[in-house]
Amino acid sequence: MLMIDIDACIGCGVCEEICAFDAIHVVDGIAEVNENCTLCGGCVDYCEARALKIEGEEREEKDDLSAWTGIWVYAEYRHGRIAPVTYELLGAGRKLADQKKVPLSAVLLTDKAGDMPAQLISYGADQVYVVEDQALAQFTDEAYGNALEDLARKYQPEVILAGATAIGRSFIPRVATSLKTGLTADCTQLDIQQEDGALLQTRPAFGGNIMATIACLNTRPQMATVRPLVMKANAPDPSRKGEIINCTISPDRLASRVKVRNFVALEGDQINLNEADIVVSGGRGLGSEKGFQLIAELAHQLGGAVAASRAAVDSGWMPYPHQVGQTGKTVSPKVYIACGISGAIQHLVGMQSADTIVAINRDPNAPIFDVATYGVVGDVFEILPKLIDKIKQSRSS
Amino acid sequence: MKIIVCIKQVPDAKDVRLDPKTNTLSREGVQSIINPYDRYALEEAVRLKEKFGGTVTVLTMGPPQAEEILRESVSCGADEAVLVSDRAFAGADTLATTYTLSQAIKKIGGADLILCGKQAIDGDTAQVGPGLAVRMGIPYVTCVRRIVEVSDKSFVVERLMDDGYDEVEVTLPALFTVVKEINEPRFPSLKGKMRAKKLAITTLTAADIDADVAQLGLKGSPTWVVRVFTPQLKGERTMIEGTVQEQVDQLAEKLMKWC
Repeated sequence: MLMIDIDACIGCGVCEEICAFDAIHVVDGIAEVNENCTLCGGCVDYCEARALKIEGEEREEKDDLSAWTGIWVYAEYRHGRIAPVTYELLGAGRKLADQKKVPLSAVLLTDKAGDMPAQLISYGADQVYVVEDQALAQFTDEAYGNALEDLARKYQPEVILAGATAIGRSFIPRVATSLKTGLTADCTQLDIQQEDGALLQTRPAFGGNIMATIACLNTRPQMATVRPLVMKANAPDPSRKGEIINCTISPDRLASRVKVRNFVALEGDQINLNEADIVVSGGRGLGSEKGFQLIAELAHQLGGAVAASRAAVDSGWMPYPHQVGQTGKTVSPKVYIACGISGAIQHLVGMQSADTIVAINRDPNAPIFDVATYGVVGDVFEILPKLIDKIKQSRSS
Repeated sequence: MKIIVCIKQVPDAKDVRLDPKTNTLSREGVQSIINPYDRYALEEAVRLKEKFGGTVTVLTMGPPQAEEILRESVSCGADEAVLVSDRAFAGADTLATTYTLSQAIKKIGGADLILCGKQAIDGDTAQVGPGLAVRMGIPYVTCVRRIVEVSDKSFVVERLMDDGYDEVEVTLPALFTVVKEINEPRFPSLKGKMRAKKLAITTLTAADIDADVAQLGLKGSPTWVVRVFTPQLKGERTMIEGTVQEQVDQLAEKLMKWC
């Protein structure tokens, strides 16, 4: 629980202000904690009087964790290709493995491996564990989860990383729960703790308003899903050598109570929003479905994906898979161009981690300008057509 | 059909903001709300009940004041409400949470279908739904955007993927997490509000759910929060000024450089 040292507390009220859960109040000059406290620890570092401490009951003796060694990256496979986030994870994993002086391995679960294991080696894997089985032709949580769980039990990696994609965020929790170990979702930074070599997993919470660094100290493997486009892939080196380890998983473990009957590809814009470096997004200011043709055209010219605010999706101008924000997707592209989006907090939480944000809006006081790198106050219907023309001209000249 | 909907009380994001002066979270006037994704789960459960019969039980793990969101759910069509509340649950990560929820669900007799929101807006982990299904030993489908077919033994649903959607068939009992696209939640009815006011809420403690205390709360959580900090603010904002053509020229030049 949260312990307050009443001798040290100076009643300054900083903790009361910091607490996002309304769990601390200063009463008669001393901080008091109530049942809202979630033990998040957010207040502890802010207390200048060092009067706050999170105290857990003593944990059980650690199991022998030294048997677990090596960094694993789950190589996400779907519809015949490896998801780009896999290469980003191999880039990040390479650094961690070199730092810890352990091998970096990729795990490929597929119906047809082809030259994918060699690809994974060229991007930095020392070893590739391959399970090739018809039962893995379609993604199901049970078959994929059981396969990864069985491999983890057998080969005992210290760390398992996967992309925070629809697939990763669906089946990785299954593996972590079955292994009774910790999992941190949607990480944006990974480091090694100097003292004990633990993986420090940093992730946004409250839609990116605060960052939390999480560690999994007493169980193995340490598992994390990592947000696409945040880590950097290394350039592939076809001359790299690595080991391919073919594994079999028993058929009953590859059985699934969920059967995939059919797949329907996303309509219209074919660029996966989560994987796009450039995102052009439209909001209420576009006024209609027709207004989104400007967004689509600009995205097309820039080679980017189309996104929309909740207001635009609720108005039926764009389908839901394009929605960015609290009840839609979270994206971290290199460039996010917000057109006619006022910037409600629910939208900002889905895009504020983009490297560069361009905002075009008629209202100079729109909150979107608070997070923008570049702001343009103006009418999207005047600016966008001219901008599209200008880019076309520059491209052709 | 017996349906359980798992819901969570979260701080309303529109109230949680960064104080630009102190660079800390300001919680002034933060309201607690039902997690927005959970509203879609509740609505879908109520629609299934209205169409095919059965009962809808809402269940939450949280402090005593989480009772508010249970009553709100009853006013929107849930039949029963269960509050799982004990100081021993505090500090639970997703692994300890799924253990607690699964013990509570077993205690109240299980379900044919368990519905959850895709994720909660405070933690954004999306891990409790899948983890709970594993604890219950039942199959699950995440990010369900539409229920296509319903029978006593199985469902056909569409699950949202990054590149489109899959149509999948799943045997019951099962757990789904749902996305916003699945429906439009209703507002509380007057009759529902009256019922919600009077309904006795079942409260379960750690002892009531026969929990192994070593698996609860902070003690049962393998992940620890080492540090919480506010993200670094982006560099200065540059406004692009001038006539429309001048603005467009400057912007195009920047975009051409990046793209």
